[in-house]
Amino acid sequence: MRRYAWLPLVAVLLAAWQAWVRLRGIPDYLLPAPSGIAQALWDDRSPLASQALVTLREMLLGLLAAVLLGVGSAVVLQRLAWLRAAVYPLLIASQSVPVITISPLFLIYLGFGLRPHIAIVALYCFFPITANALDGFRDAPPELGRTMRTLHASPRAIFWRVELPWALPRIFTGVRIAAAYAAVGAAFSELAGGSGGLVDSMRDQLDTPLVGAAITLLAAMSLALVGAVMLLERVAVPWSREE
Amino acid sequence: MASPTAGESIAITALDHRWGDLAVLEGIELQVSAGESLAIVGASGCGKSTLLSLICGLLEPSAGTIAVAGDDSAEGRLRCCALMPQRDLLLPWRSAIDNAALALVNAGSSRAAARDLAAPLFEQFGLAGFEQTRPSRLSGGMRQRVAFLRTLLAGKGVLLLDEPFASLDAITREELQLWLREALDREHRTALLVTHSVDEALLTCRRIVVMSPRPGRVVLDAETATLDREAVMAALRR
Repeated sequence: MRRYAWLPLVAVLLAAWQAWVRLRGIPDYLLPAPSGIAQALWDDRSPLASQALVTLREMLLGLLAAVLLGVGSAVVLQRLAWLRAAVYPLLIASQSVPVITISPLFLIYLGFGLRPHIAIVALYCFFPITANALDGFRDAPPELGRTMRTLHASPRAIFWRVELPWALPRIFTGVRIAAAYAAVGAAFSELAGGSGGLVDSMRDQLDTPLVGAAITLLAAMSLALVGAVMLLERVAVPWSREE
Repeated sequence: MASPTAGESIAITALDHRWGDLAVLEGIELQVSAGESLAIVGASGCGKSTLLSLICGLLEPSAGTIAVAGDDSAEGRLRCCALMPQRDLLLPWRSAIDNAALALVNAGSSRAAARDLAAPLFEQFGLAGFEQTRPSRLSGGMRQRVAFLRTLLAGKGVLLLDEPFASLDAITREELQLWLREALDREHRTALLVTHSVDEALLTCRRIVVMSPRPGRVVLDAETATLDREAVMAALRR
């Protein structure tokens, strides 16, 4: 039952929003009513659906790249303490760079295909994965590695059989956060141009019902992506719920 | 792999160990015969756990030599010794049998072959029926048994047990002490048990070494059959 607690809350919020717009006579260009957004979703269902597919592809591939980049960098930084000390402050500082302002550069560097969008989403999403994976690697008790050495384990076996599985629950936490960011990352990349994604429906800012419809789809895809990651987590690390 | 393994001898000569300026162990002389069970008792911080790390080759001594089966290199000692730490440190994502068989898989066995070797020992160790259970569903005592089985299945001649029952309640602890004595008698491995408990040392092992507070030195080395609790306590107070 608790799983569906958000449903009545959303219904109440939508009803209040609808009532507020209609009773106050607020024009569409200032704030569209939920019914107007629903109407736009229906009327423009065909272009919205193809744009959503483009954005979803950017989100998925960008998130995948972020996972590879995030986990890969955490593995290297965990092994090399001197590199971690040198690079980690720069990684933190990189998070204060507004990705939207440097997005056009990626189009110049990588051209007008899918690649700049994937790169921007990955850049926007990888840090929570790196930070959580590093914490996860640190969570493995040091005496376990020492014990494993007396149990015939090579450094490679210790990594694959102990350190990586130990870090998995934390890595999934990072991926969940990154999945929630992926939609915004994709939108930033599309604002820089050349995509055919949902942001194309947000460009006419006076057509607020259509902007609302595109935002609704973006939010729905974000929720679905986070849900998919949670489902995968449940399958991949069932033990983390048992402790 | 577990049952046919014979114990190995340990020879420690003029051993000193320091952590920076801090002397941890001083002038340790200890000979342990193959197959002998030895309890090491001493106050916290006297270097008991450091001594185990030195014996199994995870550390190199500041001075002196440690030889296991006649080999005083760190690699040689690591080849002969298996360590059981205070916490069971079972891998939470593996079943009990996969945890127990971990050393076999590390040594190159397939998971199926490793399970086949571990399975008969589950009966013997009072774990029958819990082979597929994950550690979070096992009691503290059962987890320690699986951890001991994991140490045993490494197939090494020297078992180094570092306060294995310290985190257990009194009843489980007493039950496991009796169980460990039987297991050690059955296995004929060389076993070194570090413990704070004099009663545990006297009950579980054939020989006891008492260490002084830091820097740890051997102040008593005797057969447990020739001692009572008071004699050991007197040595600890020395």
